[in-house]
Amino acid sequence: MSDWYRDFANSGVGATVTRRLGLPRPAVLRRYEPGDPVLPGVALVGGQGRLRGTIISVLEQAQISIADEETSGGKPAAVILDATGLAGPADLAAAHDFLAGALKGLRPSGRVLVLADPVAGADSPAQAAARQALDGLVRSVAKELRAGATANLLIVPVGAEASVVSPLRFFLSGRSAYVDGQAVTLSPADIPTGEDPDRPLAGKIAVVTGAARGIGAAIARVLARDGAYVIAVDIPAAGQSLADVANHVNGTALQLDITASDAADRLTAHVQQRHGGVDVVVHNAGITRDKLLVNMDAARWNSVLAVNLQAQLDLTQALLNSEGVLRTGARVVCVSSQSGIAGNRGQTNYAASKAGVIGMVRAWAPEFAARAAAINAVAPGFIVTEMTAKMPMGTREVGSRINSLQQGGLPVDVAETIAWLAQPGSAGVNGQVVRVCGQSMIGA
Amino acid sequence: MTRQAAIVGGNRIPFARANSAYAQASNQDMLTATLDGLVARFGLQDRHVGEVVAGAVLKHSRDFNLTRESVLGSRLAAATPAYDIQQACGTGLEAAVLVANKIALGQIESGIAGGVDTTSDAPMALNDDLRRVLLKANSAKTWQRRLRAFGGIRPGQLAPDVPRNAEPRTGLTMGDHAAITALEWGISREDQDELTVASHRNLAAAYDRGFFDDLVTPYLGLTRDQNLRPDTSLEKLAKLRPVFGRGDGATMTAGNSTPLTDGASAVLLASDEWAAAQGFPVLAHLVDAQTAAVDYVHGGEGLLMAPAYAVPVLLARNGLSLQDFDFYEIHEAFASTVLSTLKAWEDPDFGKTKLGLDAPLGAIDRSRLNVNGSSLAAGHPFAATGGRIVATLAKLLHEAGPGKRGLISICAAGGQGVVAILES
Repeated sequence: MSDWYRDFANSGVGATVTRRLGLPRPAVLRRYEPGDPVLPGVALVGGQGRLRGTIISVLEQAQISIADEETSGGKPAAVILDATGLAGPADLAAAHDFLAGALKGLRPSGRVLVLADPVAGADSPAQAAARQALDGLVRSVAKELRAGATANLLIVPVGAEASVVSPLRFFLSGRSAYVDGQAVTLSPADIPTGEDPDRPLAGKIAVVTGAARGIGAAIARVLARDGAYVIAVDIPAAGQSLADVANHVNGTALQLDITASDAADRLTAHVQQRHGGVDVVVHNAGITRDKLLVNMDAARWNSVLAVNLQAQLDLTQALLNSEGVLRTGARVVCVSSQSGIAGNRGQTNYAASKAGVIGMVRAWAPEFAARAAAINAVAPGFIVTEMTAKMPMGTREVGSRINSLQQGGLPVDVAETIAWLAQPGSAGVNGQVVRVCGQSMIGA
Repeated sequence: MTRQAAIVGGNRIPFARANSAYAQASNQDMLTATLDGLVARFGLQDRHVGEVVAGAVLKHSRDFNLTRESVLGSRLAAATPAYDIQQACGTGLEAAVLVANKIALGQIESGIAGGVDTTSDAPMALNDDLRRVLLKANSAKTWQRRLRAFGGIRPGQLAPDVPRNAEPRTGLTMGDHAAITALEWGISREDQDELTVASHRNLAAAYDRGFFDDLVTPYLGLTRDQNLRPDTSLEKLAKLRPVFGRGDGATMTAGNSTPLTDGASAVLLASDEWAAAQGFPVLAHLVDAQTAAVDYVHGGEGLLMAPAYAVPVLLARNGLSLQDFDFYEIHEAFASTVLSTLKAWEDPDFGKTKLGLDAPLGAIDRSRLNVNGSSLAAGHPFAATGGRIVATLAKLLHEAGPGKRGLISICAAGGQGVVAILES
């Protein structure tokens, strides 16, 4: 499933042809490999808000050289703007000044990160306007950037300064290759320190549903790479490839129909008996049964809602109910979808289920926070899988190009985002929906 | 008293009808896949278990080290010892007994017992005459002698030696033998068909309730046993023509006899301590086992009746009666075999003259027999049947709660039988 067009556009002849014809020129994205530095180059830091010190210390810990407006440290690999402390729209001019100068030299697969105050806590309409303006600014910058660079917005309430560390590292690194034009709101939390950055999930027990292939298999691989012990779950009929995945990641295969009436009991009993509890649960299992609404029978509707939404609710509730099974600091990550945000013709059932997941995550976030845990959703856009390989070429090419990175994402991109949300250090990310879509034009 | 080995869990691939889904799979392919499924279920990657014991009935000569080769191809640690055994259809259960005995003696802490068979990828040997010619040619020291040796080849020698499902000493197939026994015990066609329908319905129901979710791993596109006919009925079975036996007394059909089948199974056994240390469940313990053989050549006993002799010995040693069990797993080589065995145990004359007992063993509660189906529905890849039954019964006993007891009875070619007691 190679991206032939991207490879062509990056070849000698292809580069010339696509440039002359003004065709899209998708870049080869910088993706994380074990041992990679967080950022391959210097970071340019601007702004004088309350987060500047935190940003500097994160960069220093990650051994990233820092440049600022005054020094010229060569072409930056990342541009970070602390835009907290704005009083009104007039203060935005400084942001424009800084970014206009900094972005010109941004390296391929560079990163633009803007840190802002939440709109909700603004003292005045003018202040709220300035804060909200940053959202439009960052989304537009993301659309203007080329060569695989991304721009994202971190919204940091007062008191959530410590929560910045893990998101900052994620968005600078190759793990966030296909996350673009997103806003993530942090919350105050007790952030554990001292985790091994190469194996942030060491010692964690992780359950991944729908793990036999595609995105689920990639999630299992990335969680295992980051140190987690993976319990790979899928329907019994997928057992052969499920066993292959489990054996590949040195984990366990659990053949389970998550819609069975005793599924929650069996999952709970399994993790309790084998491991005493579970730290990470990834609700990835999902099915599609596409039909226009007027032609959709009850079976198509019910099966999609049962697998994609009700099972996530039931399994999560059962784990919450079982004393001690969901360990302190637990993470639940639910896979939603672009269709759940934007809707999709022929997918009323699927879009309803995936939108429902978002509602569920937001509603559960306070209870999870009270347990020092967190629950979040990721919403993949066009991800290149066996499923998309079967699409007609025209549909596939259009679907994969209509985003700011001009290419489809890979299963590993979704997996990296999930693995980040699963990290102990990501405790300050709760109730969020992170799109992994290359800033898709659909539902943006 | 020595400790008892725990049955921790099992894995098998769905059983396939001969020359079908697994036609291209070798014994080694199937056994390796089955071991890998077990490894995945219990997270045993790169781990040592004390010993892996398995075997096949129909075996290529190149597969002399079948189990060890399968271990090397699997995700188990390469330094895991293994050996092959073969006791016909008793192979799988006998393998479990051997592993359990070493665990009981403290020689190993964990082990895997298994079995595999293919009738699709069966070995075919050279005709004996041709083989002698080729051996002679191979040992010839000059080309002239070699040429002369090749001159001894005759067209008739090109016919290969195909393995047959027949007893070498009687020339009768197993079905022919079973038909003789069925006639002797007066086993009716209706009773055989009834047992067959129950086997299919029970197996289908067990699949439907997810019983096999942690016992079976799909393979090569099969997710359930290919021979399973959930909608079979007495009416459908009644239409089949007898294939074994002759004339009006012929009652055995393709429906109430097991078909030739391909498949593999494996069971994980361990000491209680080892299982607890890994966080693995103990489904049941293998309490005791017994083998027996009968003289079906001259002694006037049926080929498949050996378990009828093994069980009373086992019961006596354990101070149990035949009625002291919550579940009975009697291998359904043929429906008539199960019914003949049960009838023999109920028969005072058989008990007195053949078993030397004052009273017959008596009848069993038939609602406890093969409650999740058996070989008539699942099929019977010879060496794989024992592992299927051990894992199935162990899980059944575990579900029923502590202190439940089950009896396994498996008949085998050569007039042999292997029986065992499991207890939760």
